[in-house]
Amino acid sequence: YFIPLNLLLCTQPLPVPTIPTERQFYEENKPFTCLDGSSTIPFDRVNDDYCDCRDGSDEPGTAACPNGSFHCTNAGFRPTFIPSSRINDGICDCCDTTDEYNSGATCQNTCREMGRKERESLQIMAEITKEGFLLKQQLIHEAKRGQEDKQGKLTELQGSKKGLEEKVEALRTVKETAEDPEKEAKERHLKAWEEQKELIRMEKDKTRMAEAFLELDDDADGYVSVAELQSHLELDPDSDGSLSETETQGLLGGADKVDTSTFETVWSGIKDKYLQSLICDPECISICRNLEKEIGFDFGPSAEFAYLYSQCYELSTSEYIYRLCPFNRVSQKPKFGGSETNLGLWGQWAGPEDNLYSVMKYDHGQGCWQGPNRSTTVKLTCGKETVVTSTSEPSRCEYLMEFTTPAVCQEPASLDEVLHGHTEL
Amino acid sequence: MGPLLVLWLAGCLSGTWAVDRGNFKTCDQSAFCKRQRALKPGQSPYRALLETLELTNTKLTLQLINDNNKVRLLLELYRLQGNMTRVKINELKPLKPRFEVPDVLINDPPTEPLSLLSRDENGVVLSLGADSQRLIVSAKPFRLDIMEGREVLLSLNSRGLLAFEHLRIRKDTCQEVMSLSLSHSKVDPEGTENKEETEAANEPAEGEEEAKEDEKVEDGMWEETFKSHTDSKPNGPSSISLDFSLPGVENVYGIPEHADSLKLKATDGGDPYRLFNLDVFQYEVFNPMALYGAIPVMLSHSAQRTMGIFWLNAAETWVDISSNTAGKTVFGQMLDYVQGSSETPQTDVRWISESGIIDVFIMLGPTPTDVFSQYASLTGTQAFPPLSALAYHQCRWNYNDQEDVAAVDQGFDDHDIPYDFIWLDIEHTDGKRYFTWDPHKFPQPKDMLQGLLDKRRKMVTIVDPHIKVDSSYKIHNEIRSKGFYVKSKDGGDYEGWCWPGNSGYPDFTNPEMRAWWASMFAYDQYEGSMENMYTWNDMNEPSVFNGPEVTMHKDALHGNWENRDLHNLYGLYVQRATAEGLIERSGGVERPFVLARAFFAGSQRYGAVWTGDNAAEWEHLKISIPMCLSLGLVGVSFCGADVGGFFKSPSTELLVRWYQTGAYQPFFRAHAHLDTPRREPWLFGPENTALIREAVRQRYALLPYWYQLFYHAHHSGQPVMRPLWVEYPQDTATFSMDDQFLLGRDLLVHPVTEEGARGVTAYLPGKGEVWFDVHTFQKHNGAQNLYIPVTISSIPVFQRGGSIISRKARVRRSSSCMEHDPYTLFVALSPKRFAQGELYIDDGHTFNFDKQKQFIHRRFSFANNALSSRNLAPGSQFTTFSWVEKIVILGASKPSKATLKTPDGKESQLEFEFDASMSVLTLRKPGVNAGLDWTVVLQ
Repeated sequence: YFIPLNLLLCTQPLPVPTIPTERQFYEENKPFTCLDGSSTIPFDRVNDDYCDCRDGSDEPGTAACPNGSFHCTNAGFRPTFIPSSRINDGICDCCDTTDEYNSGATCQNTCREMGRKERESLQIMAEITKEGFLLKQQLIHEAKRGQEDKQGKLTELQGSKKGLEEKVEALRTVKETAEDPEKEAKERHLKAWEEQKELIRMEKDKTRMAEAFLELDDDADGYVSVAELQSHLELDPDSDGSLSETETQGLLGGADKVDTSTFETVWSGIKDKYLQSLICDPECISICRNLEKEIGFDFGPSAEFAYLYSQCYELSTSEYIYRLCPFNRVSQKPKFGGSETNLGLWGQWAGPEDNLYSVMKYDHGQGCWQGPNRSTTVKLTCGKETVVTSTSEPSRCEYLMEFTTPAVCQEPASLDEVLHGHTEL
Repeated sequence: MGPLLVLWLAGCLSGTWAVDRGNFKTCDQSAFCKRQRALKPGQSPYRALLETLELTNTKLTLQLINDNNKVRLLLELYRLQGNMTRVKINELKPLKPRFEVPDVLINDPPTEPLSLLSRDENGVVLSLGADSQRLIVSAKPFRLDIMEGREVLLSLNSRGLLAFEHLRIRKDTCQEVMSLSLSHSKVDPEGTENKEETEAANEPAEGEEEAKEDEKVEDGMWEETFKSHTDSKPNGPSSISLDFSLPGVENVYGIPEHADSLKLKATDGGDPYRLFNLDVFQYEVFNPMALYGAIPVMLSHSAQRTMGIFWLNAAETWVDISSNTAGKTVFGQMLDYVQGSSETPQTDVRWISESGIIDVFIMLGPTPTDVFSQYASLTGTQAFPPLSALAYHQCRWNYNDQEDVAAVDQGFDDHDIPYDFIWLDIEHTDGKRYFTWDPHKFPQPKDMLQGLLDKRRKMVTIVDPHIKVDSSYKIHNEIRSKGFYVKSKDGGDYEGWCWPGNSGYPDFTNPEMRAWWASMFAYDQYEGSMENMYTWNDMNEPSVFNGPEVTMHKDALHGNWENRDLHNLYGLYVQRATAEGLIERSGGVERPFVLARAFFAGSQRYGAVWTGDNAAEWEHLKISIPMCLSLGLVGVSFCGADVGGFFKSPSTELLVRWYQTGAYQPFFRAHAHLDTPRREPWLFGPENTALIREAVRQRYALLPYWYQLFYHAHHSGQPVMRPLWVEYPQDTATFSMDDQFLLGRDLLVHPVTEEGARGVTAYLPGKGEVWFDVHTFQKHNGAQNLYIPVTISSIPVFQRGGSIISRKARVRRSSSCMEHDPYTLFVALSPKRFAQGELYIDDGHTFNFDKQKQFIHRRFSFANNALSSRNLAPGSQFTTFSWVEKIVILGASKPSKATLKTPDGKESQLEFEFDASMSVLTLRKPGVNAGLDWTVVLQ
């Protein structure tokens, strides 16, 4: 049954506000001064359902002031403020039901239940964060090594390129030197020249082989594996544009992986193609460029996102397969036929100032009819796994992707801290 | 998403942002309009056969003859109660019946007797009763003049443009057409013989009769092709036309729907205003092209008198307007003495319709209020909406899924912005099959609705009248098996292309079909529906993507009638059947809320309309004012425009200004096209969120006043949103004003609709009156142009001195949450220290106010330093928990004390504050229940 508020108020003034820090200002039976100091009113006008203070401070327990707020103690859960317009509006806002003291709404006190659930989810979250943070440390470590490797490789590549050029130049000089007295010295020098040439050639070859091994051994485990070799399309024996596993195994002499010594036998088979690809200037430049580009990416403060580079993650929905290739592109492909749509190319980190690395923005995707080019916002949350968890299109041609990765896990506070920081029992 | 449709649209419609005019006919491309417009004035072949005059208690009948072809017409004249005259003209003996519009008039209009004053061979003079009003019928050429005293109020056929294309048998293929038309109608062959006999008897000397009847066949009489669409015309030419002259009139209004100024323009040299319900893609402002709805009602206004012309015809109609100084037309002896005023301005109007009969209601006013009442007595009043429907509506094509709906709902709470309704456009359905839900996006509609209900909010889902042709779709199967679809000219179910692809169109003109449709809204039929779910009928022109002018073929059949005859009526029937469904599902208890895009005269009885697919442009914001004002003048008060603009994306400034304007227009809904970026109010930074929040809150605080205005619109047909001239009929400065408007009598709104505005000039009417700025309480004199500097937060609104407006200052998250909240009364004193106002309260959503008289209607009066509340409806009963929280008296002086007196004899002193700089007196907490009598005396 609904009791008219004004009738109720005539007989039963409301309890004083429940905000611990401010309670001191509401001293019973003493004139009340609005918290902004704008005026002073008799105490019976506090919570009398009429707004006297400009700042709303005289009505902390009623909906009378347009700018007031109400404090829910929410014992067992988290205390909170709600706009005072939600007092007695028939909708349960505070889990302790205190906002609906006179609306006829039947509210259940759900604070304990909510507290329990929150603690559970905080606990789960804390565990995830903890494990995620450990994984992140690994990622950072690996990224650092990878970065160094790459930097090294780049330097090396640039160096070796230079070295090669120098060697070619040296050879040319030797050749020219050799050619000058060629006619008369040919006979005489021929043998020595051949020996010399062979020596240089072998030396060169050895260096190149060692370089090649390092280059091919992506994970630097001392073995060149099928998988590592497969990415080197230039070695494709039948030049059909793809390097199958069988083809690669063939290159490796039937083995799954080879160490440096075995590599010698492999080397002769791939040498020509490999070297060709290296000496060929544009390709070399492109490898250098790619390395430079990769090194140049902003992979986060500790390069913790580096591991995502050149990876792709998929999510299958009822209609589409969504594909996120971090730092590259996002795409959508209908499950049942139809061509792939580009939902955006890597743009930049787009999180808020204090959390820049929480959002990725991909833009300049395929254009929409009468609309913008497609774009995708990727929201990153802490998780043990690296997974795309959901996609949506909140606005036409503007996609939203949720993505979990350990790389955004923050250093966890101790669980106790988490729980106590949020609970007032 | 509908990429196919998008592609289709891209292919078929212009890719630019303007309307593709080539898709729609000009008068020249519409055969009957071209034929009719080619007629020259002053050559009327029509003559009244005075010897056929019959006068009964209820009407006068008289035959007219076309001297060129001898075809006779039957004129019926009625004097209707409430100062109206009805003029009906039909063929005396049509080959087959001609269409007369049903279901628009709320009853057979009650008549009053006409009496014959004088009669001679040139004509007759009849008395229209009061105010020495006379109706003069001149015989040759036929014309009608309505006079009051010495003034001619209005003349019919004064320019001789009456033209009635009689139904005829096609000469070239006589046999076929004969058999065809006979199979379609009940006309017996003897009828034609009789006609010839009669004519022969009356005109024995005419030897050339045959030759004259053999009228020349013009192009487009029996077939017409527009852009690959051929309109077969089995009935041949059937158009009608009549001209009206309005001496002394310079201003005519109404005939919506057009995206044009409030004051209608002369159409000489351009196209006439067109009334033909069409789905116009990306319409342009300021032109007379037809739009989604048609209300064939025109109002004329001068400082002396307001009148109305209601042309009850549902076929394609064109209206020509010309304005000039009245020519020296000869009225005959009776009228000679008016020749002196030959300098008076005059407006001439001409109506042309493709088929049907001439059935005109002339509403003689004389005041705007009278015309509104007169029109309401014919077609009914505005449906009284649930209170929540007057609050804010959040729409978008589309809210994608249940999670999206929940997130938007939460967004409003997070940003403390109230809203009442969230809307779902076509994408919520399972493949555009209305009455269904997309199983992936909306798997649990009831959970979603319950979530909204828990926050005392509501939802609208779209139900369009095109039905997917799909044998696994229950709705389609039932309509098909019951034979309820509109038929094509060949007799099969008419099919056209719309959102679902191939679609059928239920024949809403069929009452059985409407009853069945209504029953589909029952909770056990419309799965997933709940009591807080209401309905939106879009595309009800109807829109047919691959049809001529994107609508239905005119030769499609609704029973025996062609779409040609009743085209403009289809949308009304759709909305009606839906509204009836919503009423029925609640057992007749709850008031429905249905929004429709297409409408006709009488649509006001069924719900709200909006101005269709506008664009996010400043011009479209501006035009929303005259568009809704024009609708309000002809009965449709519940009007709004898509806030923000449907097509394109608004600048933040435009969006804010649109919210500010929309907050003061009757139907307040934000909407956006699928292809536009999201624009929920909080997406534009905290400052703009705050601006939009403030605009929406102003709307909510004013809901008691809106509700009271709608009660009046429902009760007496007075528009909610009014042009200034309606309240200041003699102030010529107001006659063409359409950048500001009144809400009721008491609020004047001049929204800021200019980009980058730093000020607006508002006209405050009323010599000797005062107006109070509702935000600052600053007082301004009436009858002046007031320059108001504005910032981005300004919404210039003024309260008339002499009025009392109730507000609810405690804005909550939905209107339902505010039900029991107290009122603040704003008493704006006139210079004579007087004020009056009203308050209407009921349960906000049922018919109990009507059926059981459960409502409160109070009159507040301030006079002699006392403010009192008195009961205006002693027969009614309702209990409210709301009380009077505060009384703010503007233009007051400081009293020594304020005493509250209640009927039980108790007196108490009220505390008050007085702001001397603004002369504002605030009475603290009277605390009396809003339903009681009370008086506050200031001493």
